[in-house]
Amino acid sequence: MIETQHIYKSFGDNEVLKDINAQLRPGRNNLIIGTSGSGKTTLLKCIVGLFEPTNGDVLYDNQNFTDMHFRERVHIRKEIGMLFQNSALFDSMTVEQNIMFPLNLFTDMSKSEKLDRANFCLERVNLKDKNKLFPSELSGGMKKRVGIARAISMQPKYLFVDEPNSGLDPLTSILIDELISEITAEYNTTTVVVTHDMNSVMGIGDHIIFLYNGQKWWEGTNKEIAHTDNKELNNFVFASPFMKAAREKL
Amino acid sequence: MFHSLGRYLLLLRLSFKKPEKLSVYWAEIMREMVSQGVGSLGIIAIISVFIGAVATVQVAFQLSSPFVSQSIAGSVSRDSTILEFSPTISALVLAGRIGSSIASQIGTMRVTEQIDALEIMGVNAPGYLISPKILSGLTMIPLLTIVSVVLGLSGGYLACIVSRDIAPTDYIFGLRDSFKPIIVTVCAVKSVAFGFLITSVCSYFGFYTSGGALEVGQSATKGVVFSCIWILFADLVITSVIL
Repeated sequence: MIETQHIYKSFGDNEVLKDINAQLRPGRNNLIIGTSGSGKTTLLKCIVGLFEPTNGDVLYDNQNFTDMHFRERVHIRKEIGMLFQNSALFDSMTVEQNIMFPLNLFTDMSKSEKLDRANFCLERVNLKDKNKLFPSELSGGMKKRVGIARAISMQPKYLFVDEPNSGLDPLTSILIDELISEITAEYNTTTVVVTHDMNSVMGIGDHIIFLYNGQKWWEGTNKEIAHTDNKELNNFVFASPFMKAAREKL
Repeated sequence: MFHSLGRYLLLLRLSFKKPEKLSVYWAEIMREMVSQGVGSLGIIAIISVFIGAVATVQVAFQLSSPFVSQSIAGSVSRDSTILEFSPTISALVLAGRIGSSIASQIGTMRVTEQIDALEIMGVNAPGYLISPKILSGLTMIPLLTIVSVVLGLSGGYLACIVSRDIAPTDYIFGLRDSFKPIIVTVCAVKSVAFGFLITSVCSYFGFYTSGGALEVGQSATKGVVFSCIWILFADLVITSVIL
Protein backbone atom coordinates (compact mmCIF):
# COMPACT_ATOMS: atom_id res chain seq x y z
CA MET A 1 0.00 0.00 0.00
CA ILE A 2 1.08 3.56 -0.71
CA GLU A 3 0.32 6.22 1.84
CA THR A 4 0.75 9.99 1.67
CA GLN A 5 0.97 11.80 5.00
CA HIS A 6 0.43 15.56 5.19
CA ILE A 7 1.91 16.27 1.76
CA TYR A 8 2.53 19.91 0.96
CA LYS A 9 4.20 21.13 -2.21
CA SER A 10 4.99 24.71 -3.15
CA PHE A 11 6.69 26.27 -6.16
CA GLY A 12 7.95 29.61 -4.85
CA ASP A 13 4.96 31.33 -3.26
CA ASN A 14 2.49 29.12 -5.10
CA GLU A 15 1.24 26.37 -2.78
CA VAL A 16 0.04 23.61 -5.12
CA LEU A 17 -0.66 20.82 -2.63
CA LYS A 18 -2.05 21.35 0.86
CA ASP A 19 -2.05 18.62 3.49
CA ILE A 20 -2.83 15.62 1.29
CA ASN A 21 -3.46 12.44 3.30
CA ALA A 22 -4.42 9.40 1.29
CA GLN A 23 -4.10 5.65 1.18
CA LEU A 24 -3.72 4.05 -2.24
CA ARG A 25 -4.88 0.48 -2.11
CA PRO A 26 -3.26 -2.64 -3.60
CA GLY A 27 -5.11 -4.53 -6.33
CA ARG A 28 -7.32 -1.51 -6.97
CA ASN A 29 -7.48 1.28 -9.54
CA ASN A 30 -6.87 4.40 -7.46
CA LEU A 31 -7.91 7.44 -9.48
CA ILE A 32 -6.76 10.97 -8.72
CA ILE A 33 -9.16 13.38 -10.41
CA GLY A 34 -9.66 17.11 -10.48
CA THR A 35 -9.76 20.14 -12.73
CA SER A 36 -6.68 21.37 -14.59
CA GLY A 37 -4.28 22.99 -12.13
CA SER A 38 -5.76 21.24 -9.10
CA GLY A 39 -2.44 19.49 -8.37
CA LYS A 40 -3.11 15.95 -9.69
CA THR A 41 0.14 15.52 -11.62
CA THR A 42 2.12 17.30 -8.90
CA LEU A 43 0.78 14.82 -6.36
CA LEU A 44 1.66 11.90 -8.64
CA LYS A 45 5.18 13.27 -9.14
CA CYS A 46 5.57 13.69 -5.36
CA ILE A 47 4.49 10.08 -4.85
CA VAL A 48 6.97 8.68 -7.39
CA GLY A 49 9.79 10.97 -6.26
CA LEU A 50 10.11 13.19 -9.33
CA PHE A 51 9.23 16.12 -7.05
CA GLU A 52 10.31 16.36 -3.42
CA PRO A 53 7.37 17.40 -1.21
CA THR A 54 7.89 20.67 0.66
CA ASN A 55 6.52 18.87 3.70
CA GLY A 56 5.10 15.44 4.51
CA ASP A 57 5.96 11.84 3.75
CA VAL A 58 5.23 9.18 1.15
CA LEU A 59 5.25 5.61 2.43
CA TYR A 60 5.55 2.48 0.29
CA ASP A 61 4.47 -0.51 2.40
CA ASN A 62 5.34 1.50 5.53
CA GLN A 63 8.83 2.41 4.27
CA ASN A 64 9.37 6.17 4.20
CA PHE A 65 10.25 6.87 0.54
CA THR A 66 10.70 10.63 1.08
CA ASP A 67 13.56 10.15 3.54
CA MET A 68 15.39 7.60 1.39
CA HIS A 69 18.70 8.22 -0.34
CA PHE A 70 18.93 7.76 -4.16
CA ARG A 71 20.44 4.26 -3.88
CA GLU A 72 17.79 3.13 -1.36
CA ARG A 73 15.05 4.44 -3.62
CA VAL A 74 16.35 2.31 -6.51
CA HIS A 75 15.05 -0.82 -4.72
CA ILE A 76 11.53 0.60 -4.65
CA ARG A 77 11.80 2.10 -8.13
CA LYS A 78 12.54 -1.34 -9.57
CA GLU A 79 9.02 -2.22 -8.39
CA ILE A 80 7.47 0.83 -10.06
CA GLY A 81 6.09 0.96 -13.59
CA MET A 82 4.88 4.24 -15.02
CA LEU A 83 3.01 5.30 -18.13
CA PHE A 84 3.56 8.98 -18.90
CA GLN A 85 1.10 11.37 -20.49
CA ASN A 86 3.09 11.44 -23.75
CA SER A 87 4.23 7.83 -23.28
CA ALA A 88 7.89 8.99 -22.93
CA LEU A 89 9.23 6.19 -25.11
CA PHE A 90 12.91 6.49 -25.96
CA ASP A 91 12.95 7.86 -29.53
CA SER A 92 16.29 6.31 -30.45
CA MET A 93 15.17 2.78 -29.56
CA THR A 94 12.77 0.37 -31.22
CA VAL A 95 9.65 -0.84 -29.43
CA GLU A 96 11.47 -4.03 -28.42
CA GLN A 97 14.53 -2.13 -27.14
CA ASN A 98 12.27 0.19 -25.14
CA ILE A 99 10.69 -2.76 -23.35
CA MET A 100 14.02 -4.53 -22.85
CA PHE A 101 15.73 -1.39 -21.51
CA PRO A 102 14.92 -1.90 -17.79
CA LEU A 103 15.61 -5.63 -18.17
CA ASN A 104 19.06 -4.85 -19.63
CA LEU A 105 19.92 -2.60 -16.71
CA PHE A 106 18.46 -4.39 -13.74
CA THR A 107 18.31 -8.12 -14.50
CA ASP A 108 20.78 -10.84 -15.36
CA MET A 109 18.43 -12.43 -17.91
CA SER A 110 19.94 -13.85 -21.09
CA LYS A 111 19.17 -12.13 -24.39
CA SER A 112 16.63 -14.79 -25.38
CA GLU A 113 14.89 -14.52 -22.00
CA LYS A 114 14.67 -10.75 -22.40
CA LEU A 115 13.28 -11.16 -25.92
CA ASP A 116 10.70 -13.63 -24.65
CA ARG A 117 9.67 -11.22 -21.92
CA ALA A 118 9.42 -8.33 -24.41
CA ASN A 119 7.29 -10.46 -26.75
CA PHE A 120 5.07 -11.53 -23.86
CA CYS A 121 4.52 -7.90 -22.78
CA LEU A 122 3.79 -6.83 -26.36
CA GLU A 123 1.33 -9.67 -26.80
CA ARG A 124 -0.31 -8.67 -23.51
CA VAL A 125 -1.03 -5.18 -24.89
CA ASN A 126 -2.11 -6.59 -28.28
CA LEU A 127 0.89 -5.29 -30.20
CA LYS A 128 2.38 -8.48 -31.55
CA ASP A 129 4.88 -8.11 -34.44
CA LYS A 130 5.54 -4.41 -33.78
CA ASN A 131 8.94 -5.14 -32.19
CA LYS A 132 11.12 -3.45 -34.76
CA LEU A 133 9.14 -0.23 -35.18
CA PHE A 134 10.37 3.05 -33.77
CA PRO A 135 8.09 5.25 -31.59
CA SER A 136 7.78 7.77 -34.45
CA GLU A 137 6.12 5.04 -36.53
CA LEU A 138 3.37 4.37 -33.96
CA SER A 139 -0.04 5.98 -33.43
CA GLY A 140 -0.90 7.68 -30.11
CA GLY A 141 -2.82 4.64 -28.85
CA MET A 142 -0.04 2.25 -29.85
CA LYS A 143 2.51 4.42 -28.04
CA LYS A 144 0.40 4.23 -24.87
CA ARG A 145 0.24 0.45 -25.18
CA VAL A 146 4.01 0.21 -25.68
CA GLY A 147 4.37 2.48 -22.62
CA ILE A 148 2.22 0.04 -20.64
CA ALA A 149 4.25 -2.91 -21.98
CA ARG A 150 7.47 -1.21 -20.83
CA ALA A 151 5.90 -0.39 -17.46
CA ILE A 152 4.94 -4.03 -16.82
CA SER A 153 8.17 -5.56 -18.16
CA MET A 154 9.66 -5.73 -14.66
CA GLN A 155 6.40 -7.08 -13.17
CA PRO A 156 5.81 -3.97 -11.05
CA LYS A 157 4.15 -3.88 -7.67
CA TYR A 158 3.06 -0.28 -8.22
CA LEU A 159 1.73 1.09 -11.52
CA PHE A 160 1.40 4.83 -12.10
CA VAL A 161 -0.47 6.23 -15.08
CA ASP A 162 -0.58 9.92 -15.97
CA GLU A 163 -3.51 10.99 -18.16
CA PRO A 164 -3.81 7.71 -20.09
CA ASN A 165 -6.61 8.99 -22.34
CA SER A 166 -5.23 12.35 -23.40
CA GLY A 167 -5.26 12.73 -27.16
CA LEU A 168 -7.00 9.43 -27.78
CA ASP A 169 -10.36 8.71 -29.41
CA PRO A 170 -13.13 7.38 -27.09
CA LEU A 171 -12.84 3.78 -28.30
CA THR A 172 -9.06 3.63 -27.83
CA SER A 173 -9.47 5.35 -24.44
CA ILE A 174 -11.81 2.59 -23.30
CA LEU A 175 -9.37 -0.08 -24.54
CA ILE A 176 -6.52 1.54 -22.59
CA ASP A 177 -8.70 1.79 -19.45
CA GLU A 178 -9.64 -1.88 -19.76
CA LEU A 179 -6.01 -2.84 -20.22
CA ILE A 180 -4.98 -0.91 -17.08
CA SER A 181 -7.79 -2.52 -15.13
CA GLU A 182 -6.91 -6.03 -16.33
CA ILE A 183 -3.22 -5.56 -15.48
CA THR A 184 -4.15 -4.29 -11.99
CA ALA A 185 -6.16 -7.45 -11.39
CA GLU A 186 -3.58 -9.81 -12.96
CA TYR A 187 -0.51 -8.47 -11.13
CA ASN A 188 -2.36 -7.24 -8.03
CA THR A 189 -0.63 -3.89 -8.49
CA THR A 190 -1.36 -0.72 -6.58
CA THR A 191 -2.44 1.27 -9.61
CA VAL A 192 -2.63 5.06 -9.46
CA VAL A 193 -4.25 6.83 -12.41
CA VAL A 194 -4.34 10.60 -12.82
CA THR A 195 -7.19 11.59 -15.10
CA HIS A 196 -10.00 14.00 -15.78
CA ASP A 197 -11.71 11.66 -18.22
CA MET A 198 -15.19 10.85 -16.92
CA ASN A 199 -15.38 7.56 -18.83
CA SER A 200 -12.33 6.38 -16.89
CA VAL A 201 -13.79 7.63 -13.62
CA MET A 202 -17.06 5.77 -14.11
CA GLY A 203 -15.47 2.74 -15.77
CA ILE A 204 -12.47 1.81 -13.62
CA GLY A 205 -12.64 4.08 -10.55
CA ASP A 206 -12.48 1.57 -7.69
CA HIS A 207 -11.14 4.26 -5.40
CA ILE A 208 -11.31 7.93 -6.33
CA ILE A 209 -9.60 10.95 -4.77
CA PHE A 210 -10.91 14.32 -5.90
CA LEU A 211 -8.50 17.25 -5.60
CA TYR A 212 -9.77 20.81 -5.48
CA ASN A 213 -7.43 23.81 -5.21
CA GLY A 214 -4.62 21.53 -4.06
CA GLN A 215 -6.63 19.90 -1.28
CA LYS A 216 -8.22 16.47 -0.98
CA TRP A 217 -11.87 17.41 -1.30
CA TRP A 218 -13.63 14.07 -1.63
CA GLU A 219 -12.83 10.35 -1.55
CA GLY A 220 -15.02 7.43 -2.58
CA THR A 221 -15.85 4.99 -5.36
CA ASN A 222 -17.40 5.35 -8.82
CA LYS A 223 -20.67 4.04 -7.39
CA GLU A 224 -20.73 6.78 -4.75
CA ILE A 225 -19.72 9.61 -7.06
CA ALA A 226 -23.10 9.75 -8.81
CA HIS A 227 -24.95 10.34 -5.57
CA THR A 228 -22.64 12.72 -3.77
CA ASP A 229 -23.85 16.13 -2.67
CA ASN A 230 -20.35 17.62 -2.77
CA LYS A 231 -20.89 20.81 -4.77
CA GLU A 232 -17.37 21.16 -6.25
CA LEU A 233 -17.26 17.49 -7.23
CA ASN A 234 -20.67 17.71 -8.86
CA ASN A 235 -19.59 20.80 -10.77
CA PHE A 236 -16.57 18.86 -12.04
CA VAL A 237 -18.18 15.50 -12.82
CA PHE A 238 -21.46 16.75 -14.18
CA ALA A 239 -20.17 19.81 -15.98
CA SER A 240 -21.56 18.86 -19.40
CA PRO A 241 -25.30 18.82 -20.24
CA PHE A 242 -24.90 15.18 -21.29
CA MET A 243 -23.56 14.15 -17.88
CA LYS A 244 -26.25 16.21 -16.12
CA ALA A 245 -28.91 14.36 -18.12
CA ALA A 246 -27.24 11.04 -17.39
CA ARG A 247 -27.26 11.80 -13.67
CA GLU A 248 -30.97 12.54 -13.68
CA LYS A 249 -31.59 9.08 -15.13
CA LEU A 250 -29.49 7.39 -12.43
CA MET B 1 26.53 32.71 -12.05
CA PHE B 2 27.73 30.85 -8.92
CA HIS B 3 24.36 29.06 -8.78
CA SER B 4 24.86 27.81 -12.36
CA LEU B 5 28.47 26.82 -11.69
CA GLY B 6 27.37 24.89 -8.60
CA ARG B 7 24.62 23.10 -10.53
CA TYR B 8 27.10 22.31 -13.33
CA LEU B 9 29.61 20.79 -10.88
CA LEU B 10 26.90 18.79 -9.09
CA LEU B 11 25.65 17.48 -12.43
CA LEU B 12 29.20 16.40 -13.32
CA ARG B 13 29.50 14.59 -10.00
CA LEU B 14 26.23 12.77 -10.61
CA SER B 15 27.34 11.92 -14.16
CA PHE B 16 30.33 9.96 -12.94
CA LYS B 17 28.62 7.87 -10.26
CA LYS B 18 29.04 4.11 -10.48
CA PRO B 19 27.02 2.86 -13.48
CA GLU B 20 24.12 0.44 -12.98
CA LYS B 21 25.50 -1.94 -15.59
CA LEU B 22 28.78 -1.33 -17.40
CA SER B 23 27.82 -3.19 -20.59
CA VAL B 24 24.84 -0.87 -21.21
CA TYR B 25 27.00 2.21 -20.67
CA TRP B 26 29.74 0.79 -22.89
CA ALA B 27 27.26 0.37 -25.74
CA GLU B 28 26.20 4.00 -25.28
CA ILE B 29 29.84 5.18 -25.36
CA MET B 30 30.42 3.31 -28.64
CA ARG B 31 27.25 4.79 -30.14
CA GLU B 32 28.34 8.29 -29.12
CA MET B 33 31.83 7.74 -30.53
CA VAL B 34 30.39 6.84 -33.91
CA SER B 35 27.97 9.77 -33.81
CA GLN B 36 30.55 12.35 -32.68
CA GLY B 37 33.62 10.98 -34.46
CA VAL B 38 32.46 9.55 -37.76
CA GLY B 39 29.61 12.06 -38.01
CA SER B 40 31.98 15.03 -37.76
CA LEU B 41 34.73 13.69 -40.01
CA GLY B 42 33.37 15.32 -43.20
CA ILE B 43 33.04 18.86 -41.88
CA ILE B 44 36.42 18.66 -40.11
CA ALA B 45 38.10 17.41 -43.30
CA ILE B 46 36.65 20.23 -45.41
CA ILE B 47 37.47 23.11 -43.04
CA SER B 48 40.95 21.75 -42.24
CA VAL B 49 42.05 21.48 -45.87
CA PHE B 50 40.80 24.98 -46.68
CA ILE B 51 42.18 26.63 -43.54
CA GLY B 52 45.56 24.95 -44.07
CA ALA B 53 45.63 26.12 -47.68
CA VAL B 54 44.55 29.68 -46.88
CA ALA B 55 47.02 29.96 -43.98
CA THR B 56 49.91 28.89 -46.23
CA VAL B 57 48.98 31.30 -49.04
CA GLN B 58 48.57 34.22 -46.61
CA VAL B 59 51.84 33.53 -44.79
CA ALA B 60 53.62 33.27 -48.13
CA PHE B 61 52.15 36.64 -49.14
CA GLN B 62 53.09 38.35 -45.85
CA LEU B 63 56.65 37.01 -45.86
CA SER B 64 57.39 37.58 -49.53
CA SER B 65 60.81 39.18 -49.29
CA PRO B 66 64.17 38.38 -50.89
CA PHE B 67 65.64 38.34 -47.35
CA VAL B 68 63.25 35.66 -46.00
CA SER B 69 63.53 32.02 -46.95
CA GLN B 70 60.41 30.58 -48.62
CA SER B 71 60.54 27.60 -46.29
CA ILE B 72 59.56 29.92 -43.38
CA ALA B 73 55.99 29.81 -44.73
CA GLY B 74 55.96 26.05 -44.06
CA SER B 75 57.22 26.48 -40.50
CA VAL B 76 54.78 29.29 -39.65
CA SER B 77 51.91 27.43 -41.24
CA ARG B 78 52.82 24.25 -39.29
CA ASP B 79 53.02 26.03 -35.95
CA SER B 80 49.81 27.98 -36.41
CA THR B 81 47.94 24.90 -37.65
CA ILE B 82 49.09 22.70 -34.77
CA LEU B 83 48.88 25.35 -32.08
CA GLU B 84 45.73 27.20 -33.02
CA PHE B 85 43.86 26.45 -36.21
CA SER B 86 43.33 22.71 -35.81
CA PRO B 87 42.45 22.51 -32.11
CA THR B 88 40.57 25.79 -31.72
CA ILE B 89 38.82 26.26 -35.05
CA SER B 90 37.88 22.55 -35.07
CA ALA B 91 36.53 22.87 -31.52
CA LEU B 92 34.44 25.91 -32.43
CA VAL B 93 33.00 24.05 -35.42
CA LEU B 94 32.44 20.93 -33.32
CA ALA B 95 30.69 23.01 -30.66
CA GLY B 96 28.12 23.78 -33.35
CA ARG B 97 27.99 20.29 -34.79
CA ILE B 98 28.24 18.09 -31.66
CA GLY B 99 27.28 20.57 -28.93
CA SER B 100 23.97 21.62 -30.43
CA SER B 101 23.10 17.98 -31.09
CA ILE B 102 23.84 17.02 -27.45
CA ALA B 103 21.90 19.95 -25.97
CA SER B 104 18.87 19.45 -28.21
CA GLN B 105 18.87 15.66 -27.76
CA ILE B 106 18.98 15.84 -23.95
CA GLY B 107 16.66 18.86 -23.91
CA THR B 108 14.07 17.01 -26.01
CA MET B 109 14.34 14.03 -23.68
CA ARG B 110 13.69 16.37 -20.76
CA VAL B 111 10.59 18.08 -22.19
CA THR B 112 9.10 14.78 -23.46
CA GLU B 113 9.52 13.20 -19.98
CA GLN B 114 12.03 10.60 -21.21
CA ILE B 115 14.46 11.69 -18.47
CA ASP B 116 11.65 11.32 -15.91
CA ALA B 117 11.04 7.81 -17.29
CA LEU B 118 14.72 6.96 -16.72
CA GLU B 119 14.57 8.28 -13.15
CA ILE B 120 11.37 6.36 -12.38
CA MET B 121 13.11 3.16 -13.51
CA GLY B 122 15.87 3.87 -10.99
CA VAL B 123 18.45 4.83 -13.61
CA ASN B 124 20.95 7.56 -12.75
CA ALA B 125 19.87 9.78 -15.68
CA PRO B 126 22.93 12.11 -15.69
CA GLY B 127 25.21 9.08 -15.62
CA TYR B 128 23.44 7.26 -18.41
CA LEU B 129 22.95 10.32 -20.65
CA ILE B 130 25.95 12.55 -19.97
CA SER B 131 28.96 10.40 -19.04
CA PRO B 132 29.04 8.49 -22.38
CA LYS B 133 28.93 11.81 -24.25
CA ILE B 134 31.78 13.30 -22.19
CA LEU B 135 33.94 10.17 -22.46
CA SER B 136 33.30 10.05 -26.18
CA GLY B 137 34.17 13.76 -26.52
CA LEU B 138 37.40 13.23 -24.56
CA THR B 139 38.52 10.59 -27.06
CA MET B 140 36.97 11.57 -30.38
CA ILE B 141 37.68 15.33 -30.36
CA PRO B 142 41.47 14.79 -29.91
CA LEU B 143 41.34 12.19 -32.70
CA LEU B 144 39.46 14.61 -34.95
CA THR B 145 42.08 17.25 -34.09
CA ILE B 146 44.87 14.89 -35.24
CA VAL B 147 42.98 14.36 -38.51
CA SER B 148 42.54 18.12 -38.77
CA VAL B 149 46.29 18.75 -38.31
CA VAL B 150 47.21 16.20 -40.98
CA LEU B 151 44.65 17.55 -43.45
CA GLY B 152 45.50 21.18 -42.64
CA LEU B 153 49.17 20.63 -43.45
CA SER B 154 48.15 18.67 -46.56
CA GLY B 155 45.93 21.59 -47.56
CA GLY B 156 48.98 23.86 -47.30
CA TYR B 157 50.92 21.50 -49.57
CA LEU B 158 48.07 21.51 -52.11
CA ALA B 159 48.01 25.32 -52.00
CA CYS B 160 51.74 25.34 -52.83
CA ILE B 161 51.12 23.09 -55.85
CA VAL B 162 48.14 25.09 -57.10
CA SER B 163 49.27 28.68 -56.40
CA ARG B 164 53.01 28.19 -57.10
CA ASP B 165 53.79 30.99 -54.55
CA ILE B 166 56.07 28.59 -52.69
CA ALA B 167 57.91 25.57 -54.04
CA PRO B 168 56.39 22.40 -52.50
CA THR B 169 59.88 21.21 -51.56
CA ASP B 170 60.45 24.45 -49.60
CA TYR B 171 57.12 23.96 -47.86
CA ILE B 172 58.05 20.41 -46.86
CA PHE B 173 61.45 21.61 -45.69
CA GLY B 174 59.74 24.33 -43.62
CA LEU B 175 57.40 21.80 -42.02
CA ARG B 176 60.39 19.76 -40.80
CA ASP B 177 62.64 22.70 -39.89
CA SER B 178 63.14 23.65 -36.19
CA PHE B 179 60.19 21.59 -34.98
CA LYS B 180 59.45 21.92 -31.25
CA PRO B 181 57.55 18.94 -29.75
CA ILE B 182 55.95 21.21 -27.11
CA ILE B 183 53.47 22.47 -29.71
CA VAL B 184 52.08 18.93 -30.05
CA THR B 185 51.64 18.79 -26.27
CA VAL B 186 49.77 22.12 -26.34
CA CYS B 187 47.58 20.84 -29.17
CA ALA B 188 46.80 17.60 -27.30
CA VAL B 189 45.96 19.38 -24.03
CA LYS B 190 43.75 21.86 -25.85
CA SER B 191 41.83 19.20 -27.74
CA VAL B 192 41.15 17.16 -24.59
CA ALA B 193 40.04 20.29 -22.68
CA PHE B 194 37.84 21.45 -25.55
CA GLY B 195 36.30 17.97 -25.87
CA PHE B 196 35.35 18.09 -22.21
CA LEU B 197 33.99 21.64 -22.38
CA ILE B 198 31.84 21.09 -25.47
CA THR B 199 30.20 17.91 -24.21
CA SER B 200 29.77 18.89 -20.55
CA VAL B 201 28.55 22.47 -21.09
CA CYS B 202 26.05 21.46 -23.77
CA SER B 203 24.85 18.49 -21.67
CA TYR B 204 24.28 20.87 -18.76
CA PHE B 205 22.11 23.22 -20.82
CA GLY B 206 20.19 20.28 -22.31
CA PHE B 207 19.63 18.60 -18.95
CA TYR B 208 18.16 21.69 -17.31
CA THR B 209 15.82 22.56 -20.17
CA SER B 210 12.25 23.26 -19.10
CA GLY B 211 9.26 24.09 -21.22
CA GLY B 212 8.79 22.95 -24.80
CA ALA B 213 10.26 23.00 -28.29
CA LEU B 214 11.14 26.70 -28.11
CA GLU B 215 13.18 26.19 -24.94
CA VAL B 216 14.98 23.19 -26.48
CA GLY B 217 16.18 25.48 -29.29
CA GLN B 218 17.22 28.12 -26.76
CA SER B 219 19.15 25.53 -24.74
CA ALA B 220 21.00 24.37 -27.85
CA THR B 221 21.90 27.98 -28.72
CA LYS B 222 23.03 28.72 -25.14
CA GLY B 223 25.05 25.49 -25.07
CA VAL B 224 26.91 26.39 -28.25
CA VAL B 225 27.50 30.04 -27.26
CA PHE B 226 28.74 29.21 -23.75
CA SER B 227 30.94 26.34 -24.89
CA CYS B 228 32.51 28.63 -27.54
CA ILE B 229 33.24 31.27 -24.90
CA TRP B 230 34.77 28.66 -22.57
CA ILE B 231 36.82 27.23 -25.45
CA LEU B 232 38.34 30.65 -26.18
CA PHE B 233 39.01 31.26 -22.49
CA ALA B 234 40.60 27.81 -22.04
CA ASP B 235 42.62 28.41 -25.23
CA LEU B 236 44.21 31.49 -23.70
CA VAL B 237 44.83 29.83 -20.32
CA ILE B 238 46.41 26.66 -21.78
CA THR B 239 48.59 28.61 -24.22
CA SER B 240 49.79 30.99 -21.49
CA VAL B 241 50.50 28.21 -19.01
CA ILE B 242 52.28 25.70 -21.27
CA LEU B 243 54.15 27.90 -23.76
